Amino acid sequence: MKDPMAFLLWVKGPAFDLALAVFIIGILLRILEILLPGRAPNYAEPRGGEWGPGFRTIVSRSMADSGTFQRAAFNVIVGYIWHLGFLISLLLFVPHIAVFASLSGMSWPGLPNPVIDGVTVITLGALLGMLVHRLRHPVMRFLSTFEDYLTWGVVFAVVFSGYLAYHRIINPYPLALGLHLLMVEVMLILFPFTKLMHAITFLFSRWYTGAIAGRKGVES
Amino acid sequence: MNELSFERGLNAWRAEIDAPVAAFFSSCVHCGICATACPFYVETGDPRYTPIHKLEPLRLLWEQEFTLWGRIKHALGLSPQITDEMLAKWEKLLYDSCTMCGRCSMVCPLGIDVAYMVRKAREGMVASGHAPEGLINASLRAVRIGSPMGLKFKTLQVQIQHVEKHTGLKIPVDQVGAEYLVLLSSMEIINFPEYLGAITRIFDQVGITWTLSSEAYEATNAGVQIGSSDIARQLVERVVKIAEKLGVKNVISPECGHAYTAIRWEGPNLIGRPYPFRVFHVIELIDQWRASGKLKTEGKESDRLTMHDPCNLARKSGVIQQQRQLMDLVAENFVDLKEHGRLQWCCGAGGGVSSNERAEELKMTAFKRKKAQIEEVSPERIVTMCATCRTQLEEGLEHYNMEIPVVGLTELIAEHLASKG
Amino acid sequence: MSESMTLGESLRRRGISRRSFLKYCATMTSLMALSPAMGPVVAATLERIRRPSVIWLSFQECTGCTESLTRSHNPSLEGLIFDFLSLDYHHTLQAASGEAAEQAREEAMRENAGKYLVVVDGSVPLANKGYSTIAGKSNLDILQETLTGAAAVVAVGTCAAFGGLPKAKPNPTGAVAIADIVKDKPIINIPGCPPVPVVITGTLAHYLVFGRLPEMDQYRRPKAFFGTSIHDRCYRRPFYDKGLFAESFDDEGARKGWCLYQLGCKGPMTYNACAVLKWNDGTSWPVESGHGCLGCSEPEFWDAGGFYRELSVPIGQSTRTTAYAAVAGLVVGGAVGFMARTHRDTAKRAHEPVSVDQLEQKL
Repeated sequence: MKDPMAFLLWVKGPAFDLALAVFIIGILLRILEILLPGRAPNYAEPRGGEWGPGFRTIVSRSMADSGTFQRAAFNVIVGYIWHLGFLISLLLFVPHIAVFASLSGMSWPGLPNPVIDGVTVITLGALLGMLVHRLRHPVMRFLSTFEDYLTWGVVFAVVFSGYLAYHRIINPYPLALGLHLLMVEVMLILFPFTKLMHAITFLFSRWYTGAIAGRKGVES
Repeated sequence: MNELSFERGLNAWRAEIDAPVAAFFSSCVHCGICATACPFYVETGDPRYTPIHKLEPLRLLWEQEFTLWGRIKHALGLSPQITDEMLAKWEKLLYDSCTMCGRCSMVCPLGIDVAYMVRKAREGMVASGHAPEGLINASLRAVRIGSPMGLKFKTLQVQIQHVEKHTGLKIPVDQVGAEYLVLLSSMEIINFPEYLGAITRIFDQVGITWTLSSEAYEATNAGVQIGSSDIARQLVERVVKIAEKLGVKNVISPECGHAYTAIRWEGPNLIGRPYPFRVFHVIELIDQWRASGKLKTEGKESDRLTMHDPCNLARKSGVIQQQRQLMDLVAENFVDLKEHGRLQWCCGAGGGVSSNERAEELKMTAFKRKKAQIEEVSPERIVTMCATCRTQLEEGLEHYNMEIPVVGLTELIAEHLASKG
Repeated sequence: MSESMTLGESLRRRGISRRSFLKYCATMTSLMALSPAMGPVVAATLERIRRPSVIWLSFQECTGCTESLTRSHNPSLEGLIFDFLSLDYHHTLQAASGEAAEQAREEAMRENAGKYLVVVDGSVPLANKGYSTIAGKSNLDILQETLTGAAAVVAVGTCAAFGGLPKAKPNPTGAVAIADIVKDKPIINIPGCPPVPVVITGTLAHYLVFGRLPEMDQYRRPKAFFGTSIHDRCYRRPFYDKGLFAESFDDEGARKGWCLYQLGCKGPMTYNACAVLKWNDGTSWPVESGHGCLGCSEPEFWDAGGFYRELSVPIGQSTRTTAYAAVAGLVVGGAVGFMARTHRDTAKRAHEPVSVDQLEQKL
């Protein structure tokens, strides 16, 4: 590349602002698209409340019941490994915490770099495992669309490019860091328009399910 | 507009979109875990029976008409056109391979209530003319005759006289001012006539005022099964009108699953107002009497009994403890199926599947999941509280050469009523 | 003024001992990342050559590069280079001034046509040539004029190499790097603000020995000195790897000498020799004295996000973007969401009830 520093400064500068703008506008757009249609009034006599069960389900749905766990063990276990690994590398790596601090003013302690490095390797392995699973399991293969593979690719590219940059496997460093930030920006832009939105909308879907069931007196 | 049409179907779907639907479709990540909860997928291995897949045309409509990005994608030709052919293709998925049991809704990690949306999807299927023949016929009979099986009141009257003679008790009909209006299901009247005798004796012991109605005796709701609110409303209104005319305080739904769901949860919203009376499932009611001490029983069954929870009663209405508390009264050797209550497995016949002759073979295949549950526990008899479940259990066990009698819980309670005096 | 005597003769004339000369050659050899076997070659070559003429042009600069090179307490290796070259024109160091100085430049150009080295520090303004002139002539004109007979160009300091401080936003003078103007002469960049002195002399020495510029990276910097990053040679690296960071300039971490990443150190993105060669004869360097690397040998380092913000932090207008995007999102989302609601309500109103008669038609 002719001018890696210019690339890095563009990616850290105007490109980030653009991605951030699309991300924020997109998320607000999607959330309002979901909420504004509202719910019809419910005249049936309730057996239980909605708010408590709704919030409870947001938490409880994170745990698979034992029967489902046995039938979907790989999905649940490896799914958790990559999600947790992703969140740990995202939120507890000092250079990332610096980014969040610059955007929000909030800061928190991080984990030592080599720990994050190890978590990243595990995350990458788990992501690859999930891809293989998606390709081989009859239900997942049947359901999967181009979007599923695209979002997998983007997430993998983000984590992998971060790994490459941290280990300075791509040179010079401005190119490596620039590529990682570029992948992040691609992810931010794709986020509101793909299933990646589930990272936010799960709060709504779990709440609604919990509320609907809770009103009927069912633990959900 | 007189004919059902594709356009009316799409319009029905548009009217069904709400915030939960939008949240649900936004959150699906194609993990496939819903399939592991569906007996139709589990017993066939056919990925087309994956619950969320059954909703794909509805999802396309939501995406293409209710999201900005979806509208753009569709305009660019990146989203398939929904066609009448697609709806025709989906009829079997939505009616033959789904009982709306809601187990998928219980396990989805994203909290997607798939069953809630299947109910909505059926609205579009009906309005576009893509509903199974069996359910159409059931609806015709339910609206025109008063029972989905074509059972007329005069046939019921024969039953009434038989029970009165046998028990020596009076069965009130059209009684103004009774506290409880009792509904029945045709399936019960025809297949399990001992139910009427059982409730007559229980009500007599407890000493309540109750009545049947000659104009509204049917609890089941073919409209809810076929998925048409318009038809469902007609059937519920019949009951509400009578309940209000007779001035009852409570309406009792019989041993049926979807009948309870229809009148307890959907009914008020179909008529657009709260009821001036309360609604209970007969098991809820009997358990209330157990709790208050009004119900007196004696003796217990000693054989090994297990229980099948009707999905509409347990998972979809929260009536889970009541039947177990009643079992404790009359059984000394009761063992629950491993996955019971809110996570119990559907028998495969609910939600209209048993009225759909085309789905017979698939229904029997799905029953294998229930069969496996039963085999794990090796009961001598199975107790349940829904006539459709009971029929499916009996037919299914026979089909697989298993000799395990099935008995209704109300009947079991009645057998143990403490003798007077 | 160049002479007809060889470099070796010239050194001996000035009283520079053979031992000093050889020590210098050995040092240069290793600095240029040449094998030790090359040492004698370097010495023999330097002994024989005639001191080349060097014309040093200073444009929009602070003279820091010259200061770095000449700021020495005793005769230093750095300073020796001036004995190896015939520095025929240099604003700060030359004795002459005014017309005499300009004449010296022109004479050197004539006498050494095709063979003189042009060393440049400072950037050239293009927005208005009048922003920087010497003896009435614009920087651009002087540069182009001086280039005509040059053998090669050495852009010393980040201003000459990349535009430097004058080019920082909003770049009022339209400052550009020398390489943006010089297109048909060999050119090498020795960035740094200022460059490490011995990096300048080592590069010049390479030219003297081999008659050509050394191997360069994509920014035309000599790979021998700019091939590794500060981060990869930093003595505080173990603290980075362990995740031990100073969080303010006087906290416990700072006093213990922990990594300065959180205080804005740009070491990971900066390619220079500071961590190894250090400054002031190996006395210290910014990180060792407790301040993060500024990244001063990299292009645009003044606009790279601030010296005290971490390397990972975005450098645009995040707060403003967030605020505008939030408003835009609420407005667009509100409109689109409302449209969705209306679309549903219209369909509800348009619903024609399904009747059993209609159903019967489908049998």
